Parts: sequence; structure tokens; C-alpha cells
Amino acid sequence: MIEFKLPSLGSDMDEGTLLEWKVGVGDTVKKGQVVAIVDTTKAAVDVESWQEGVVHELIAEIGQKMPVGAVMALLLEAGETAPAKVGAGGTAKPAPAAAPAVAAAAAAAAPATPPAAAPVVAPAAPGRRMISPAARKHAEEKGIDLDGITGTGPHGAVTLEDVENAAAARPAPAVEKAAIKPAEPQASRAADMRKTIAAAMSRSKREIPHYYVSEDIPLAKALAWLQAANAQRPMAERLLPAALLLKAVAMALKRYPELNGYWRDGGFVPVAAINPGVAISLRQGGLIAPALLNADGKPLTLLMQELTDLVKRTRAGSLRSSEMNEATITVTNLGDQGSQAVFGVITPPQVALVGFGRVAERPWAENGGLKVLPVVTASLSADHRVSDGHRGALFLLELNELLQHPEELDK
Amino acid sequence: MTDAEIRAVALATLLSIAPEVEVDELRGDRTLRSQVDLDSMDWLNFLLGLHEKLKVEIPEADYAKLITLNDVVAYLQRKLGAG
Repeated sequence: MIEFKLPSLGSDMDEGTLLEWKVGVGDTVKKGQVVAIVDTTKAAVDVESWQEGVVHELIAEIGQKMPVGAVMALLLEAGETAPAKVGAGGTAKPAPAAAPAVAAAAAAAAPATPPAAAPVVAPAAPGRRMISPAARKHAEEKGIDLDGITGTGPHGAVTLEDVENAAAARPAPAVEKAAIKPAEPQASRAADMRKTIAAAMSRSKREIPHYYVSEDIPLAKALAWLQAANAQRPMAERLLPAALLLKAVAMALKRYPELNGYWRDGGFVPVAAINPGVAISLRQGGLIAPALLNADGKPLTLLMQELTDLVKRTRAGSLRSSEMNEATITVTNLGDQGSQAVFGVITPPQVALVGFGRVAERPWAENGGLKVLPVVTASLSADHRVSDGHRGALFLLELNELLQHPEELDK
Repeated sequence: MTDAEIRAVALATLLSIAPEVEVDELRGDRTLRSQVDLDSMDWLNFLLGLHEKLKVEIPEADYAKLITLNDVVAYLQRKLGAG
């Protein structure tokens, strides 16, 4: 049996509210399939499954707030049959399955001990119906009269599924509607997001010994290449400098893997995939940094398409869980309306952040002469527990070098 | 199209990207991007929206000419007239 748990949806998110199930009991779930939508302080997130199976039971309820790690559903593995729900041997399913998701997560956080096996169906007493604890609890919560339900389990036992079916068959009472979390007012969401950002950034500054290095990078070649490339493209397919900068960061990280990964359990955990989290400001305030997955292996056209889509979905509040929890480094780009340079705060558990300031024409001394060039200041904020300033500086030099050969980034 | 009609299309496109904009407070002779918080992606989407609604091609080399709302309207008027 696979326990489908609420994944972390970013280091700064420790709970979520189930808005919608995208699957039902009996449905086959494939890897990467969106199975639920969960609301966080930052966005409604499409939660994907990274395991395959058949939905055996949906535990979390619509409107239920759950901590990260809470068991939301149970899936049957390939070839696995549903466990017998009753029998002389007292075949059982894991206790957490019958417990509310919050309690399940709390249990998961405790020292690992196998959950005690508990019979799902109470022993039959003379003249008494067999009703599983989960079904009884669910019926109480839904206000459903168990006497009116025909049990379909072994020996006529009333199962959780029976209660769910009975609940689905009747008009939703007002109390259930009230239990569903209403859309939060914009101001309230903004305030919650600010608190979330405050907590994550405070943790970062408290725990991560940051160091900072910066490098002014001439962009004449890169922008000329972009201009020539865009002249051949329809408007909808033109590239922004941001795509080029992101690709250059991803390529440079291949040579500096100590900047790409996580600080966990007192040590650095490098990650092979290069998934830059792109800091995207929201119009109502706050920001989210969802991941552009495997950016190093994508040609610029695809990267630009994905960046455009990511920005659009971020602002529409429609992100996937993998985008929220798989960023391996953050890239913040202030763009042409921003300041000259930015020295960012690392997003834990990541160990580095790359910042780009405004691209602007500046005087540039070279070979004893002076000229005017478009220049961007690239900065690196990095975790001194993992890397040193010397390596950080070399990373920025590599970034500079890559941007002097923009045509090679389009691979 | 009249200038007023083009301006209305431009403002509608702008509002689709930046719904918080108070249209009545926008100064046509002031830098648009200093009055509205538009990043490079927003700006690209604004120009793309104009392209789609008015069927006007806007080369990247012309982006720098589009500073104010009045610039945008005059540019589009020229393009539409030429088309």
C-alpha cells in the first residue's frame, strides 16, 4: 500500500488546505499525474503523484487543513489487491489511514515505529452492525445516519466508501459547504504570504552564513545575438534576455555543483538536476520562486516558452507541486526596471542565489580604451558552509564567459 | 481607427496584464513603465496583446520608441495607416 502524503510545497510552506481531489477511488494514477489541488499561503498548487497505483482510499477531505507529510490517500501498488477489511485473522490496514490526516502527519513526525495494526471493522457483537472506525468517524463528521446505509464490506460491514457514497448521494448540507475554505480575500492572502516569506527569510538569515560576490558582465554580444535571433522570429516566439541569463546560470552550475542542492541534516546534498527557481513577483505583493525543471538541457526557445508559462501560471495561482518543491537554486532578475544590483537572501534549504540587476549602458574600460556597453551586474549569495568566495567568484566568471558565446547557449 | 479607439484597445490590453491600474490616473505623456509596474515579461505580453488585437507587427527594434502611452498610440496609428 502506498501512502500518498502532502509533499512540501516549498521550504516556506508547512501546511496546506485540500481544495479538490482530481482522482476518485478506483482510478489509476500515473507518475506526474495531478491528483489534488492544495491551497497554500502562496498559491493553489496542483499536487502530483510520483508513484503509480490505484486509488484505494481518499483520506483527506475537501477543506481540510493538513501539515506537510500528512497521509492524504492510499494507493494500491501494481498487482496489489485491496486488503481484506475483516476476517478471522483480523487483517488490518494501517491505523493512520483511518486517522485524520493531521494526526497521521504528527505520527509520521514522531520516532519511526510501525503503526499499530488495528482491525478496520469492529468485532461483530450480537445484533450489532459492523462499521469501520473510519466509516463511523466520517459518518459523524458528515452527519450521516449509519442505519440508512447498506454495507458492502465483508459480512455487510459499512465501509468508508459506503459512507462516502452516501454522502455524495445526498444534497450537501449547509454545514459542509461552510467547512470548505472560502476564497480568501486578497488582503488576507497577501498578509499570509508576507508572514510565510518573513518566516523563511528569517530562518535563512539566522541559519545560513551568507557570503556575497558580484561581477559586472558586458552583454553586447549576448544582446546582439538575441536581437538577430528575434528578428527572425514571430512576436510570440521572441526571446527575452531573462531566458539567456537563466540558461547561462544553469550551464555554469554544471561546473560548480556545490551551488546546486540542499543543506540537509547538517550536510550538503548535491542535486544532479539543475532546476533554477525563478523569483516571480506577484501584482498583489509578495513573490514565488517556482522551478524551471532541468533548465540546463533545454534550448532557449523551449526555456522561453516554459518561463512564459511559469510566469503566467504563477500569477494565475496555478502551479504544480514539483515546481514548488524542486528548485535547487534561486535566480532573481530585477529586469530593466530594477536596481543596478541585487544581493538576495538564500531560500532554505538551497545553498545559493544568483541575482541580476538592471541591464544598462555603462562606461566600460577595455584594452586601455573606454567604450559604452550594455552591462549587467550578476551577484551570487552563497552558503559559506558549502562553498567559499573563491569558488563563488569562479562561478561568476564562468557565467560571464558563457554569456560571451550566446549561440552556444541555444542547445 | 481613431486615436481614441486605439487608446482604448491599448488600455484594455494594459488592464488585462495589470488589473490594478487606475486608467483615469494614467498620464499619456509620461513614461508608461514608470506609472505601471510592468516587468519585461509584462511588457512583452502588452506588445503581444496589441499585435494580436490590431494585427500590427512590432519589430523588437521599435520597442525603444514606445515610451509613453501617446508614443504607443501614435506608433500604432502609423502602422495601421501604413497597412
